[in-house]
Amino acid sequence: MTSETGIGAAVKRKEDARFITGAGHYTDDINQPGQLYAVFVRSMYPRAEIRSIDVSSALAMEGVVAAYTGADLAADEIGDLPCGWMVKSKDGSDMIQPPHPPVAVSVVNYVGEPYAMVVAETLQAARDGAEAVTADFNELPVVVDLASAHGADQIHEAAPGNQCYDWELGDREATDAAFASADHVTSLDIVNNRLIPNAMEPRAAVGMYEAATGNYTLYTTSQNPHLERLILAAFVNVAAESKLRVVSPDVGGGFGSKIFVYAEETAVIWAAGKLARAIKWRADRSESFLADAHGRDHLTKAELALKADGTFVGLRVKTVANMGAYLSLFASSVPTYLYGTLLAGQYRTPAIYVEVQSVFTNTAPVDAYRGAGRPEATYVVERLVETAARELGKDPADIRRLNFIQPEDFPYETPVALTYDTGDYDASLKKAIELIGYDGFAERKASSEANGKKRGIGFSCYIEACGLAPSQVALSLGAGVGLFESAEVRVDVTGSVSVMTGCHSHGQGHETTFAQIVSDKLGIPFENVDVVHGDTGRSDYGLGTYGSRSLVVGGSAIVKATDKVIAKSRKIAAHMLESTEENVDFEEGTFSVTDSNQSITFPEVAFSAYVPGNYPLDELEPGLSEKAFYDPENFTYPAGAHICEVEVDPETGKVEIVNFVAVDDFGEIINPMIVAGQVHGGLAQGIGQALLEHAIYDESGQLVTGSYMDYTMPRADDMPNFVVDTTVTPCTHNPLGAKGCGEAGAIGSTAAVMNALTDALGVVDVPMPATPETVWRAMEGE
Amino acid sequence: MYRFNYHKPDDMDAAQQMMADAEDGVYLSGGMTLIPTLKARLASPTDVIDLSGLALSGIELADDSLTIGALTLHSEVAAGNEISSLSNLALAIGDAQVRNRGTIGGSIANSDPGADYPAAVVALGATINTTAGAIDADDFFQGLFETALKPGAIVTSVTFPLPVRAAYEKFPNPASRYAVVGVMVAETNGGVRVGVTGAGPCAYRQRNFEQALADNFSVAALDGLEVDYAEFNSDIHASAEYRGHLVGVMARRAVAQIT
Ligand SMILES: Cc1cc2nc3c(=O)[nH]c(=O)nc-3n(C[C@H](O)[C@H](O)[C@H](O)COP(=O)(O)OP(=O)(O)OC[C@H]3O[C@@H](n4cnc5c(N)ncnc54)[C@H](O)[C@@H]3O)c2cc1C
Repeated sequence: MTSETGIGAAVKRKEDARFITGAGHYTDDINQPGQLYAVFVRSMYPRAEIRSIDVSSALAMEGVVAAYTGADLAADEIGDLPCGWMVKSKDGSDMIQPPHPPVAVSVVNYVGEPYAMVVAETLQAARDGAEAVTADFNELPVVVDLASAHGADQIHEAAPGNQCYDWELGDREATDAAFASADHVTSLDIVNNRLIPNAMEPRAAVGMYEAATGNYTLYTTSQNPHLERLILAAFVNVAAESKLRVVSPDVGGGFGSKIFVYAEETAVIWAAGKLARAIKWRADRSESFLADAHGRDHLTKAELALKADGTFVGLRVKTVANMGAYLSLFASSVPTYLYGTLLAGQYRTPAIYVEVQSVFTNTAPVDAYRGAGRPEATYVVERLVETAARELGKDPADIRRLNFIQPEDFPYETPVALTYDTGDYDASLKKAIELIGYDGFAERKASSEANGKKRGIGFSCYIEACGLAPSQVALSLGAGVGLFESAEVRVDVTGSVSVMTGCHSHGQGHETTFAQIVSDKLGIPFENVDVVHGDTGRSDYGLGTYGSRSLVVGGSAIVKATDKVIAKSRKIAAHMLESTEENVDFEEGTFSVTDSNQSITFPEVAFSAYVPGNYPLDELEPGLSEKAFYDPENFTYPAGAHICEVEVDPETGKVEIVNFVAVDDFGEIINPMIVAGQVHGGLAQGIGQALLEHAIYDESGQLVTGSYMDYTMPRADDMPNFVVDTTVTPCTHNPLGAKGCGEAGAIGSTAAVMNALTDALGVVDVPMPATPETVWRAMEGE
Repeated sequence: MYRFNYHKPDDMDAAQQMMADAEDGVYLSGGMTLIPTLKARLASPTDVIDLSGLALSGIELADDSLTIGALTLHSEVAAGNEISSLSNLALAIGDAQVRNRGTIGGSIANSDPGADYPAAVVALGATINTTAGAIDADDFFQGLFETALKPGAIVTSVTFPLPVRAAYEKFPNPASRYAVVGVMVAETNGGVRVGVTGAGPCAYRQRNFEQALADNFSVAALDGLEVDYAEFNSDIHASAEYRGHLVGVMARRAVAQIT
């Protein structure tokens, strides 16, 4: 039974039947009696002083129930949207956190920023009302260009030079010394293009308030409902935590963009309380483009110092990161603790120094997006390494091997604050080289050339850090929340099991993976295990799903709680079998007494736990339900090798990916089918960043790529048939030996594609995304 | 959307009368362009007159031409007919959903600069039949979303003379999949014609290519020919210069297909 559905089995996802038959239950599917609709009035100006807002015509319209401005929220002492990670500058000063009212009060700072909300009986009436709101703006100078933002017109009074912080990590002197003694220095100016996450389901919220009890319920598209509740309660002052229930029902993708607490759900739940009526808001796709947090957007000068034989001796990185107009919830941590710390990559580079200056611009806030910091770090390291190999005339695989941290080096302390627990980087590289047929590349290149095409190959050996942890280290570095996860394994009288987790699935398949773990451990049918998540009313405080943490942190908490269930069951079984705990074995769902043929099944024990006739209740409480909180000792470190082959049409500049191999070490794998799916999705996003996706603001601060007519979403026919495989070095510090797989595809692939493309063209760099015209110009030598 | 009056007439006269009576009316065919525009509140007609009840669908073969009813779906043209280049063109429009709703009449009446059909209309020397008379391809497309269609007139069908040989090559916009540049090269009974879409404000004939191909119908004949891109479209996906370059590339590939 467990073998087909247990740990390691490619079980089909439980949740897919409802998703693919249209039976999923998303926030927008939720309707309440007497429900109203909210529409936000959004700034058309990238930066302007609000002189006045007039909602009177809106209020006079049929069906309009209320119209609120930022001043109304402020009058109710609704607080600013906070940033949850305090990053300090080099000089020890705190980062600048400019005021960020959920609904703008006196200024607007990006196109799409809400400055009023209209609530009406119908969506149509709310739209009409929103159009009737008028405002008098005084336009202010706009800061859009990232390179010149520092020193441009000052956006926030609190942020001179538009600087949020100027952060550093690593040993500057040692790194400078390494460069001084190097035989060769490879340097690159790297642009990490700005992206828009584009979850399939747009953000939405349904806010409810029950006057009789004072209880609020917020249904919303959150990746972490407990954190949403904490922030709405503790920072935004909507209601006491105990009075506020946040539920994330089925959520259709997030990629990070649904981690954050946004203006819209804040205003909706507040207004629901004011009007004592349910209010629904759902973003239009154009609102998603404008007002979801965007991703990446770095400018970097990166230098790698090497010995003549290719040994890395130092890495120096200077990055300017765009925060957008305000600090979104985790924006500050992305280009620092999730970026600078990953710059060692898979290599023994002895000296590393990184400086990151984060700046404000009049664009939408920028925050974590699938990979969050690690794709940026991988891109820097892997583009540099490949370029260095070319400059020194080395094989790109050989130069990596020469510098890899070796299996015997673990645990390995990097010069940038992390300790890698385990890995075997050459194992993944070797497998990837075999799978792509590296030996045959020259031949394939020749045949491409015979067909008038240019062909190139590129490597990327990435490392990432998942399951952000441990709490105490993160807290000491400025994190505002703990980073553990909760679990409860509740066994029913009849032996079925509910697993409560503080993680949240927005596409990852937790209902399947977590059920596999628990059914495997308890030896009960997979179908008998239900996973409950996304509801602060049903599970203990947890941190949600981001940073590939759910299996490694949440899954570990589930293992811990399940072990407690087994421990208690063993005690009950011992009484039932008239033996002692030490003499009772538990295997495949059966307790048996050592050296005897007496046995009893897990459901029988569960039944006894609730019908406690045969064990002493003064020694053992009745019931069978256990909780656990798991705080990891360390990050986990998935790593792997991606190799890409491209063909370029020299006449048009069109790039086609003709071969893509990803070999990843995710440690132990619970469900290989889900893992492959996660890798495929991640690769599509990483390749999308390299070739297709680009969020563009024009000089005046308008978003040019505000729809799918202009923002190039990767499609199936843009993708090759991926070859994905894995190697395994089990994580040494969690009970599953797992490392996390949610982001690796997006982290490793981008550099592989661009390394392949620059190889094909014989150029040092091509800016991303490598659109046909960009490539055509690169070939023309521009 | 804003509120509007919806009409679904069942004959052409009624449709035109409704249009005449409307304060600010608009015809609806497949809705693939009009509906998104309405949803985004970018248009606010008082009346929407749905043409789908009119008998304007179907493909008819005569001795030397093919007449395609205005309401004929892209998917129906793509399914195959006597002009294979036209089927191929229709198959390259948008995606399956769009092809199953969008109509040839709507596409041509709309004259989107990136629409595919206009290249064929121009290259094959088609005639656009409307309730206000027939219009020659060379006169029909007049500018960005501008045509010679009389106000209130309905496109009823398009008549394509059968070409001796013809081929279409499209370089799709990576985001929208409309044509950044699309070129149809045709040898017709009236000579060689080259129709270009995507590059400029509307579809046009690339006359210098036509002359070169009339003398020598080969890829080589196009080598080194200039494309004047001064008035071409320029956007984040393609500059005018790049579009100019692509006109040459697509034309050569179209010629290569049929030589
Ligand atoms: C996602 C997407 C991708 C697309 N990709 C492409 C592409 O790659 N290539 C391409 O060519 N097109 C593309 N299109 C457009 C598509 O081909 C539409 O079918 C076409 O633009 C309009 O045809 P319709 O029948 O939908 O017209 P409608 O949207 O109904 O009408 C469009 C306009 O034409 C007018 N009109 C319609 N029918 C008539 C008539 N018979 N007489 C007079 N006026 C009329 C209407 O009043 C309206 O102004 C795409 C559309 C979408 C939504």
